[in-house]
Amino acid sequence: MSVSEAQLAQQATAPPLVRIAPPKGWFAIDLREAWNYRELLYFFVWRDIKVRYKQTFIGASWAVLQPLLTMAVFCLFFGKLAHFDSHGLPYPIFYYAALLPWTYFSTALQNASSVVVDQQQVITKVYFPRVVLPFSAVISPLVDFGIALAMIVVMLGYYRMVPTLAMLWLPVFLLLAILTALGMGLWLSALNALYRDVRYVVPFLVQFWLFASPVAYSSSIVPARWRWLYGLNPMAGVIEGFRWSLSGHGQPPGAMMVASAAAVLVVAFGGLVYYHAMEGTIADVV
Amino acid sequence: MSQTAIHVEGISKLYRLGERQRYTGLRHLLEDAVRAPLRWLRPRREGGETKKGAQEIWALQDVSFDVQPGEVVGLIGRNGAGKSTLLKILSRVAKPTRGYAEIYGRVGSLLEVGTGFHQELTGRENVYLNGAVLGMGKKEIARKFDEIVAFAEVENFIDTPLKHYSTGMMMRLAFAVAAHIEPEILLVDEVLAVGDAQFQKKCLGKMSDVANHGRTVIFVSHNAAAITRLCARCILLDGGKVLQDGPTFEVMNRYLLSGLSTSAAREWTLAEAPGDNAVRLRAVRARTTEGETTEAFDIRRPIALDVVFDVLKGGVVLTPNLHVFNEEGVNVFVSLDQDPAWRGRPRPAGRYISTAWIPGNFLAEGTFIIGAAITTLSPVNVRLYEREAIAFQVIDSTDGNSARGDYAGHLPGVVRPVLAWETSYVANVESQQPVEPVWIGGKDRP
Repeated sequence: MSVSEAQLAQQATAPPLVRIAPPKGWFAIDLREAWNYRELLYFFVWRDIKVRYKQTFIGASWAVLQPLLTMAVFCLFFGKLAHFDSHGLPYPIFYYAALLPWTYFSTALQNASSVVVDQQQVITKVYFPRVVLPFSAVISPLVDFGIALAMIVVMLGYYRMVPTLAMLWLPVFLLLAILTALGMGLWLSALNALYRDVRYVVPFLVQFWLFASPVAYSSSIVPARWRWLYGLNPMAGVIEGFRWSLSGHGQPPGAMMVASAAAVLVVAFGGLVYYHAMEGTIADVV
Repeated sequence: MSQTAIHVEGISKLYRLGERQRYTGLRHLLEDAVRAPLRWLRPRREGGETKKGAQEIWALQDVSFDVQPGEVVGLIGRNGAGKSTLLKILSRVAKPTRGYAEIYGRVGSLLEVGTGFHQELTGRENVYLNGAVLGMGKKEIARKFDEIVAFAEVENFIDTPLKHYSTGMMMRLAFAVAAHIEPEILLVDEVLAVGDAQFQKKCLGKMSDVANHGRTVIFVSHNAAAITRLCARCILLDGGKVLQDGPTFEVMNRYLLSGLSTSAAREWTLAEAPGDNAVRLRAVRARTTEGETTEAFDIRRPIALDVVFDVLKGGVVLTPNLHVFNEEGVNVFVSLDQDPAWRGRPRPAGRYISTAWIPGNFLAEGTFIIGAAITTLSPVNVRLYEREAIAFQVIDSTDGNSARGDYAGHLPGVVRPVLAWETSYVANVESQQPVEPVWIGGKDRP
């Protein structure tokens, strides 16, 4: 069987499906192409989720247990013993509401920063828009987040706290957390392909970031006039936002949120540009 | 009017060796940061100054060619010739440093079998994952799922985690997925080098199917037999350049004769010749009846194996012997020199050429590796043994007069003799009649 004349004629006039040329341009992410690969993104996420709890005994319960146990430790030391200020919230709610986005963020960040190196086997053998990888790395921990989120509903019920309209803001804060993890992940995963030092930097960075974010304490300990500067850490806005929106108590993180959102956009956009600049050479150096 | 499927124009690719090692350390990072702030954020490209210790390698230099739809093109060349780099660029895994390529049609690339397989997932889950990685949609995979599983012959294990699969099962499943991509342009690299011989034959069969359906195939392999059977056209690469581009037989001959491949003839200078102070091995070569050294032998023709050795100190009894292995490492046979002229007779100093003839229609198709030894038999003393002295290929044509006859499929076995078959026939046989005892008196029955 040979290709018919009609097909040949059509091919002769059709533009090339793919043109392969040296990389150029500082921002030329083909978003339409990336969109065409959304099924692959879905499969990468699906694989991560499938694999995560294979051959574990309690499986997805880990998603709840991790923040819950950390919460217990925080409640004991920072709450019962150190008497930190909690905006008048019960300590378990105060800490769990903060650990929800924090656990998601730290998992997503660590996933994303190693995803290029972890997937080098695939990267060096098959083509796909590389930007799919960091996206999948920050999407798959959302399942754990969802499971852990269900737990706080139980806790709110226990403390007889009624959700308010502030709850509607939760997706916005979550999106901010996703974008922060993605933005940092884009930078770190591309750098990790070049410099394996990143592997050692990330755990330190996560720990450092935990102390720099209002997880164990309330941002009210920061003087009000410096609050916007503190907000340049996007997770500060995210965490206070989670506390406010889940409990309905206190003030929405206003000025701090604006600073956080601005910081996230800069990091994420910069990450996208840098990641794309590295995309063409990743397979050569990873 | 252009009807090309692939148009490659002046593609070059530069690699810097040692780059990875140099830039993965924090020390260099800091050094760089001090010397040129922000420079370390940039990927290194051609044009930047080269640092000491970095070695630049042009893996491809100004490679141009066109491939028409439906063509099956073989890419050959020794290791490091640039074959894999070219395939990586065409499958968009790596970007060229210079030049460009245009591809008209959906590309499926098989640079490795089983890319993206995950050990913890089941066979079923891996089919979907691998299919997606190779560019298939969920619906498309679902539609072809049964066919893929049947081709891989893993029906009973499809819901077992991959880690419990044998290597063979895993390879079959991986190839089955890849074979069902149905691209218009298929790029294949060395995948046939893995797996057992039967699996390789199955892959070859599937690939010629693809080719027969009018799709374009670019195929990289070390297997001269496979290339000869599949490809009408061949491109020979050497040192990153196109050395020759033309009909497979022409290009393959040049490749085999130019010493670019693993050699069918080897010579040693006296200084480096294997052996002891009494005898030295000077050359081993495989040649045709016409005395032509070649890497590819027609299965029907005899093969002469020459062992050339110098006796430095006369008076020893020496028996040259040859050890023939196939590509799976099976020792096909060992042959000892039976020449009555020198059997048990001390040899005076001088040069000897001992030739063993492997008859035509004896070795099976494939690659054979020859070890050469020279031994004193009583008492046994192996004076020299060159384990992989030479290698050559035996190619079975499909003309119909070799052992395969009209059969084009996979023929197992380490030898492939043409046996004399004969038939006796009786028209009317009563069902109760016992089978006749064997007639020992020769061909003619009473």
